[in-house]
Amino acid sequence: MTGAIVENRQSADRASAWRGYALVSPAYLWLLLAVFLPLSAMVYFSFLSSNVFDSGSAQFTLGNYLSFIRRPVYPILLWRSVLLGIIVTALCCFIGLFAGLALARALPGRARALVFMLILLPFWTSGLVRVFSWVVVLRTGGVLDSFVNWLVPGAGPTGILYTYTAIVIGLVHAYLPYMIITCYLSALAIDDSILDAARSLGATWPRVFRRVVLPLMLPGLGVGAVLTFVPVVGSFMEPRLLGGRSGTVFGTIIEDQFTAVFNWPLGAALSFIMLAVVLVIMAISAPLLRDRREMLK
Amino acid sequence: MSSSIRLLGQALVTLVIGFLYLPILVMIAMAFNKSPYYQLPIEWSLRWFNDLLADQRLQEAAVNSVLIATATAVIAGALGTLAALGLARYRFFGRGFLKALLLPPIAIPWVIIGCAMLILAFWTGIGRGLHAILISHVALSLPYAIMVVGSRIAGQGTACEEAAATLGANPRQVALRITLPLIAPGIVAASLFSFATSFDMFVISYFLAAPGQTTLPVEIYASIKEGFTPVINVVSTILILVSFVLAVLISRLHDFGTKQ
Repeated sequence: MTGAIVENRQSADRASAWRGYALVSPAYLWLLLAVFLPLSAMVYFSFLSSNVFDSGSAQFTLGNYLSFIRRPVYPILLWRSVLLGIIVTALCCFIGLFAGLALARALPGRARALVFMLILLPFWTSGLVRVFSWVVVLRTGGVLDSFVNWLVPGAGPTGILYTYTAIVIGLVHAYLPYMIITCYLSALAIDDSILDAARSLGATWPRVFRRVVLPLMLPGLGVGAVLTFVPVVGSFMEPRLLGGRSGTVFGTIIEDQFTAVFNWPLGAALSFIMLAVVLVIMAISAPLLRDRREMLK
Repeated sequence: MSSSIRLLGQALVTLVIGFLYLPILVMIAMAFNKSPYYQLPIEWSLRWFNDLLADQRLQEAAVNSVLIATATAVIAGALGTLAALGLARYRFFGRGFLKALLLPPIAIPWVIIGCAMLILAFWTGIGRGLHAILISHVALSLPYAIMVVGSRIAGQGTACEEAAATLGANPRQVALRITLPLIAPGIVAASLFSFATSFDMFVISYFLAAPGQTTLPVEIYASIKEGFTPVINVVSTILILVSFVLAVLISRLHDFGTKQ
């Protein structure tokens, strides 16, 4: 009896495995053709001496990767992008940590649901449109200038658009919702009794925050930081529209290779250098976050 | 928590909401401002809406955007549902690996994926254009669609299906009469999500757009770079409103961690 069931199960398992493969294959075939194959082609491309469809014959070369070292402008611009990523991520962490905490702890239930919805909404709107809204606000003679001059007559234009500050403002605006949501979720998970215990044992609020709340919110901060840092380092549209001539970063250099200079192999190599640097930075910062969590134990 | 800290927290949340919404509200207000130089105080007018009605290029791009987003919603919704069912209901070799494969399309910066697709589009000879944009939009929506439908399936369990099978329903009947209706809200949410992803996608469309075959975000970007065209305020306002309506619809069908 039992043996028959087991045997039955095994053949059923095999049949069900095939049914599983059949169900997932259309989606994964699509992903393979549209994402993974292009990425592989790009890896191959990054080792070519020229666009294959231009010259017909292209040699294998490391030159595209080496030109990153040979021309100091590339490391400098990559550093600019990484720094931009660090600044924007730090600002988002700082604001998002407290905003997420406040959202989870300081708002009554009904208001909380509404505010959560409001923070989720920008998430759905076009990033391009939100950057454009800052162009409208920040441009010389724009709304901010009018407001400042109404407050302080004769203050003149603020001239924020087409500066580094404008890029940072736009990017923080773009990625802050991610950080607030991940911080909010980990703040919700903090058990009230832990806070009560810490308080009743005589810890002051700042101490409770530093020793209990902060370590418990690190996972949320970490996820938010990754969700912010990676796209910011790769950004090109925001620096271009908000930074103008001062908005040259690594992302815009890559974009130029593909849309203006048409040196696709170099663009491909620079892309993978960027990806590698991003991965290394994340690998370095991951244990940092984990070690901090140990503090609670 | 003491009430002063609570008050401070509420003030912070208010400030953050203001920061997130003020520029968008300003932009929407400027869509109705008669002055092309965004002069204050606002003189209300619908002249930029009329300009949009006369702008052939933006209208064509808008039609393209809607068509591609609709096709993306249908294809990603269907393939995503199948894959989610396969991943959730069947045990097979490589299942964990396939789940992990959903992450790179989300995690790799779009500029890199866009460039990669551009390379392949030229290499294979299919070239740039609306077809390439559609292929890429479906690919980028798929991981989200699979996850959204997957979480709905995970929340349902298999009790109803087992009961139906016990009562003599054949697999086809179980699939169409039980499974599908149960996970339908997840499928609709995934499709709407895919529509929104495609409708708002700029970076990848930008690399794959061809002259005369563009989407609305690509046209908006071109216009912003050319200079300040107030018509873009109108288009952006419409885009924002469409997104908001979609977001509210989706949140009705699927809660992304809003409820504990």
